[in-house]
Amino acid sequence: MFDSTLHAAASEKPAKWRPVAEESRPVRVLLIALALGGLAVLVVAPLAVVFAEALARGAGQALASLTRPEATSAIRLTLIVAAISVPVNAVFGIAAAWTITKFDFRGKAFLITLIDLPFSISPVVAGLALVLLFGTNSLIGGWLVASGFPIIFALPGIVLASIFVTFPFVARELIPVMIEQGRAEEEAALTLGASGWRTFLTVTLPNIKWALLYGVLLCNARAMGEFGAVAVVSGKIRGQTATMPITIEMLYNEYLSVAAFSLAAVLAALGLLTLALKTVLEWRHADQLAATRRH
Amino acid sequence: MALAFRLQKSPMPGFGLGMGITLAMLSLIVILPVGALLARGISYGPEAVWATINTPRVWAALYLSFRLAFLAALVNLVFGTLLAWVLARYDFPGRRLVDALVDLPFALPTAVAGIALTALYAPNGVFGSIVRDLGGKVAYTQWGILIALIFVGLPFVTRTVQPVIAEIEQEVEEASATLGAGRFHTLRRVILPMLLPAALTGFALSLARAVGEYGSVIFIAGNLPMKTEIAPLLIVIKLEEFDYDGAAAIGIAMLLISFAMLLAINLIQIWSRRRIGHV
Repeated sequence: MFDSTLHAAASEKPAKWRPVAEESRPVRVLLIALALGGLAVLVVAPLAVVFAEALARGAGQALASLTRPEATSAIRLTLIVAAISVPVNAVFGIAAAWTITKFDFRGKAFLITLIDLPFSISPVVAGLALVLLFGTNSLIGGWLVASGFPIIFALPGIVLASIFVTFPFVARELIPVMIEQGRAEEEAALTLGASGWRTFLTVTLPNIKWALLYGVLLCNARAMGEFGAVAVVSGKIRGQTATMPITIEMLYNEYLSVAAFSLAAVLAALGLLTLALKTVLEWRHADQLAATRRH
Repeated sequence: MALAFRLQKSPMPGFGLGMGITLAMLSLIVILPVGALLARGISYGPEAVWATINTPRVWAALYLSFRLAFLAALVNLVFGTLLAWVLARYDFPGRRLVDALVDLPFALPTAVAGIALTALYAPNGVFGSIVRDLGGKVAYTQWGILIALIFVGLPFVTRTVQPVIAEIEQEVEEASATLGAGRFHTLRRVILPMLLPAALTGFALSLARAVGEYGSVIFIAGNLPMKTEIAPLLIVIKLEEFDYDGAAAIGIAMLLISFAMLLAINLIQIWSRRRIGHV
């Protein structure tokens, strides 16, 4: 471009020229160093310490602690909770996104606010609210316990708490993508005589599958790792309602450091796996997720 | 509610089913439980709720939770924006890996983060021993809580600001430079106002997360009443004493303060969006 010649003419030392819309090299290096240093201390160090503490007395002891009945029942419970709450949340997310993006109705903004509400409620308060609604001394809870279907201090409560804290995840991923894609393709399918279900399965679903997977991944990571809400509703009954995070707390408070950190390392590894899958999705299918990275 | 969500004419099928699932789930998971919480407060009586909250220990916990959450969100606002800038604008080896690592606090369960941070910052930990040699203490003090809250809220600002930086047309910066502005002046007067609405969104999310955070904090906090006891922990303690009314009172107080704060941030956001006219 001509501006470089312009610059060269204006300045006596053309060697010193640099783009005007950039910071000088020392500033750049300083900012990168600050960012990387901060991230190393804040994020990488805690992650590294989980594995270091788990392996503090050798891999053998770490593995042995994972096969204790406490640990295996916690792992099983966490998997069951995720296996129920994530699909439920996916169905809800799809239904909510379909309703919000394919139709115009009054009160839509209010509906979105309600869906987002769990983000601004403390997990502990969420757990408390579930206890007040379904606990033994409430109207519904008393009746449910009497009929042999307790919710609080049992699996259903843990599932409800997990759904609460992950409630907006899938819907929030899908809504921006579906707004961007519009309704024309579905309308075309319907005009050509496809049924509603067929339109959804063959037109909408393929368009949103990556965004859906993205939301499900985030939802799953949070559901498996939720602590505050589950701590309140589960009653922390060893071997029965103690999920992996709850068991980590119990072991840690009993000074069973290796056992606590070994279980924590399993969750951390799951977290890393989630992160890796999420990153792959972002690289490969950025175009079908792009909208979600905006606020 | 059915009236509020009345449909305008549409050829699309599935409104009834979609809205049915949405409202049923919303009611079961969110509206009924939160309603039960508020109802408990009403049946307990406003005076009794106020009497529960108006004790030194509860005030100390609420003040601690909201003050440290605000500070943590502020740190995240500055560091998160810096991180977003570095990731969006500069190229360096391992940038993509670093970009992925930013989300680690979302992927790492809070209880795991809690025990990891405690192990790091305890007096015999890697960082804790350095601080101890300097005569300080992090774990089991308010500093420890602050670090945990910074950790859990770290990705929010970066993730909201980064896409906005990527969309800024560099011509704007060049125009600013052509008109004689120094680089710092351009950043302060041109770039920052563009980033402000997104940064505030991230700030609000980070704040909301930090206020209610429990799992990562209780391990590192030490949990001393009046000193390092956060508000969510007080709710758990009341529940363990089967004081459901007391727990509900503190829960309602937290809800109301959170909503008031988020409303204030929303208003600032609307103001800043109007001021710059786009983004």
